[in-house]
Amino acid sequence: MSQIDNPVQNLKHDLEDMFQLVTTQLTKAKEALTKFDKDLAREVVQMEKRVNGRELHIDRAAENFIALYAPVAIDLRFVLAVLKINNNLERIGDIAEGITKYIIEKKELFDAKLMEESNILPMYEAAVKMLTDAKTAFEKEDTLIARKIFKSDEYLDHINIEAIRTITDGLKNDPARIEDALYIISVIRKLERIGDQVKNIAEEIIFYIEAKVLKHAERK
Amino acid sequence: MAEKSEVVNFMDYKLTADKVNVWYGNFHALKDISMRIRPNTVTALIGPSGCGKSTFLRLLNRMNDYIEGFRMEGHILIDEKNIYAKRVRVEELRKEVGMVFQKPNPFPKSIYDNVVYGLTIRNVRDKKTLDEACENSLKQAALWDEVKDDLKKSALALSGGQQQRLCIARTLAVKPTIILMDEPASALDPISTAKIEELINELKKYYTIIIVTHNMQQAGRISDRTAFFYLGLLIEYDTTANIFTNPKEEKTQSYITGRFG
Repeated sequence: MSQIDNPVQNLKHDLEDMFQLVTTQLTKAKEALTKFDKDLAREVVQMEKRVNGRELHIDRAAENFIALYAPVAIDLRFVLAVLKINNNLERIGDIAEGITKYIIEKKELFDAKLMEESNILPMYEAAVKMLTDAKTAFEKEDTLIARKIFKSDEYLDHINIEAIRTITDGLKNDPARIEDALYIISVIRKLERIGDQVKNIAEEIIFYIEAKVLKHAERK
Repeated sequence: MAEKSEVVNFMDYKLTADKVNVWYGNFHALKDISMRIRPNTVTALIGPSGCGKSTFLRLLNRMNDYIEGFRMEGHILIDEKNIYAKRVRVEELRKEVGMVFQKPNPFPKSIYDNVVYGLTIRNVRDKKTLDEACENSLKQAALWDEVKDDLKKSALALSGGQQQRLCIARTLAVKPTIILMDEPASALDPISTAKIEELINELKKYYTIIIVTHNMQQAGRISDRTAFFYLGLLIEYDTTANIFTNPKEEKTQSYITGRFG
């Protein structure tokens, strides 16, 4: 084992912890949404501080690694990817917190029919699955898993578009549900943004392992 | 390693090595090295000790000729001329291809005499010519301002960094077109090293520079292209940016990231 492997491993573990923390935030927010559990929602808001603290810690560790080890080639790509993924994860943490804030704000249960019709829960599951896949891809340095994430993101985009149409149609018949509809659409929008963030993470994993830049490129 | 383009215009290259093999007795020190170097560029040669990079560097001004058991095959062309052709006079070649060594090696003479040494041994006696050569070379080597008031001072009284710049000035005085440097900053402190690196960057406007270095960051900072040697083979030769961000060969990656062996 060479001198540089230690800080690389430490950074990797730190980022894996960050993945875990953010995944927990996201699944707790999902549970809070499903069960309309305001206490759990508040817990997510509280834990967001810890996510931010982790982000700063990893930023600093990456900065130290660059300054002290002057990494090149795969080590350099690794640390660049860590910095960006760290930022993406922190954003996902923000989004999870944003979702729980809706739950705290809202006075009554979400309209069950709208929840059902909008496909919000399957979409939420898909978003969580994307994030856990990204974690696995990062841990195992597996670009095959990373590439599958792009397909899932398309699924999220699809549900997002469909949900808006379904809900708008539903509202024409029953305008009283407008508040619920707005909340649900807002959550769906947030889930769609999580998809984008995880997609960025997948691109960074591929960049670091294969040295291929997928950003802004057409994927097939 | 051949470059990708099929049509090669040798006029574009200052220096070309074509299938060069070197032996010291039975030891095969360089194996089939082909490399082309453009004028006014800095090329870094990197690799572990004993990989052949210094042997390659020394081939370029025929410093290996007198090593016992030295044998070479292949061609080295400078400005399209084969420098190992019979008619080539080694003294003339070394005027064209200057060399700066790892440890500063000024002669125990004055600063002035050191700089013009290459001219005086070629029987240049005209004081004005020598004065001009001394001033110009010291200016180019970024040493003039520090020594202009005391050119008669012994070169040995200069600091290590100054001595190295003096040796560069001495090399420049005979007007070479190629400068070879064998770890020119490895014996210097960071400030002197920075000065040498700055100087290399300046000199490449007028000269073609080939440098052996063990300092990866130095190669990254100063060179346009980097060649990685290992066990007498040229493993990879590419733009320095490519070598240090995305090397194609596993061996190169292991070496530059410090995971060799």
